Amino acid sequence: MTQVMVIFRRELGSYFSTPLAYVFIVMFLILTGVFTFYLGGFYERRQADLTPFFMFHPWLYLFLIPAVSMRLWAEERKSGTLELLLTLPVPLKTAVLGKFLAAWVFTGVALVLTFPIWLTVNYLGEPDNGVILAGYIGSWLMAGGFLAIGSCLSAATSNQVIAFILTVVVCFVFVAAGFPLVLEAFQSWAPAVVVDAVAGLSFLTHFEAVSRGVLDFRDLLYFLIMCVGWLYATAIVIDMKKAD
Amino acid sequence: MITIENLKKAFGGFMAVDGITLNVSPGEVLGFLGPNGAGKSTTMKMLTGFIKPSGGQICLFGFDILSDAIRAKELIGYLPEGAPAYGDMTPVQFLTFVADIRGMGVRKAQRINDVICRLELNNVANRPIDTLSKGYKRRVGIAQAILHDPKVLILDEPTDGLDPNQKHQVRELIRGLAKDKIVIVSTHILEEVTAVCTRAVIIANGRVLADATPSELENRSRYHHAVTVSLKDDDTDKTLKVLKSLTGVKEVEVSPDHSARYTLIPNSEQSSDLLAAVNKLVQENGWVVDEIFMERGRLDDVFRQLTTQNTRRGEIA
Repeated sequence: MTQVMVIFRRELGSYFSTPLAYVFIVMFLILTGVFTFYLGGFYERRQADLTPFFMFHPWLYLFLIPAVSMRLWAEERKSGTLELLLTLPVPLKTAVLGKFLAAWVFTGVALVLTFPIWLTVNYLGEPDNGVILAGYIGSWLMAGGFLAIGSCLSAATSNQVIAFILTVVVCFVFVAAGFPLVLEAFQSWAPAVVVDAVAGLSFLTHFEAVSRGVLDFRDLLYFLIMCVGWLYATAIVIDMKKAD
Repeated sequence: MITIENLKKAFGGFMAVDGITLNVSPGEVLGFLGPNGAGKSTTMKMLTGFIKPSGGQICLFGFDILSDAIRAKELIGYLPEGAPAYGDMTPVQFLTFVADIRGMGVRKAQRINDVICRLELNNVANRPIDTLSKGYKRRVGIAQAILHDPKVLILDEPTDGLDPNQKHQVRELIRGLAKDKIVIVSTHILEEVTAVCTRAVIIANGRVLADATPSELENRSRYHHAVTVSLKDDDTDKTLKVLKSLTGVKEVEVSPDHSARYTLIPNSEQSSDLLAAVNKLVQENGWVVDEIFMERGRLDDVFRQLTTQNTRRGEIA
């Protein structure tokens, strides 16, 4: 456990040692603002909730999370520190978990920094703060799922740009699977079981339920399985591709 | 004690390491020699548990590197090729990170201080590693490897990119460490082997070609006990004739850059009194001598002989 913390601290520190972290946070805050107020019609809806804020998170994460996850392992491989890290007496799983947690907490920090929007909605009306909290939890869990995918694909290459693009593509598949357009295309010919299975794979389906304030065990399990599964895959990919 | 048994590693169809068997005991400083691509680094990567062997077994003080990986890795200090380090950290932060991973606890501060002094990193201790020169980076890598006072120290080209003073320093450091430890150094600088190693292993094409002490290897050289003599103003042809007629001389080489410098190669091992014979000849002929000495043998000559012979054989096969 302490080793996880050591790797976690180093990784989180390295985020803030480059301007990338600050650029990411500023971009995230600006974009959430733009999406909420302009595209989401925050004022026009005349409702005291944060639905227009959370609704765009999957699309925002689609491009911002890969930028965080791309360096996780690709950089270690490129600079040769992978060899250093994996010849220290630390299990591979510990290293994978420590680095993932650092990236996850980092996105958590970015998410927490959107608190002015919560203050705003509380100033303007009387929202259900339980629902908002659920939305934040759901959003953070979803970020974890995106990051775990990114972690695995970052482990597959030493080129951060390739890691970024691959992650966007795979994440897009997982988001789009729940998009009405895609589901309708399936509905016309496939049985309901298949449509449900496809929708069930999607971030959108599970995130929407959570962000409405419904903390269903199955949705939480979905995100947990996504994280654990992709992190497990990360370890396998690293193990397989060590030699090159 | 390290035991390596029939170690193999295949990349695709290519055998990078093809059946290496070695035993190394504490106190030994083993020099791993070989041309580029001989399988030195691959062997070291398997020894440190970074990549898995395709076959064979590695045991460090009773711990198998595969089944007991963590405990085996605790014994090892390793400097990977190119001395990688986290560039955004300072040497102090980096060493603290390594110490924390190794769970060094109370010894930590003292040991970090020790290695920083030992490798003279004081001036750069708080500068990001990315901004350091190659020599400093290499020393940070060595500092990291010796931080926990490991029983087994594995250094992949530790003096690459260092200036002569720093090279000397690192060699002194290795010699200072060696008493009860196993040190394995890979290099293609032959003088390094003579300078620090108690045992030299030459590998090429993934196989061990020679395993002996550096002086034993030197004895295999055709220059072993050869006598080199430099004369002042002489007649090359005439001198050559006289020197060649000496008993026990197999061949006389004339130095290409210095025409009055001759190397007499003995035709058998027993002719260690060649020096006396040449001395006698000098007196008889009244030559004026600049320099005369007996060679111990040339390691680079042995190295070339062994490694090129092997590739030639490989080409035919």
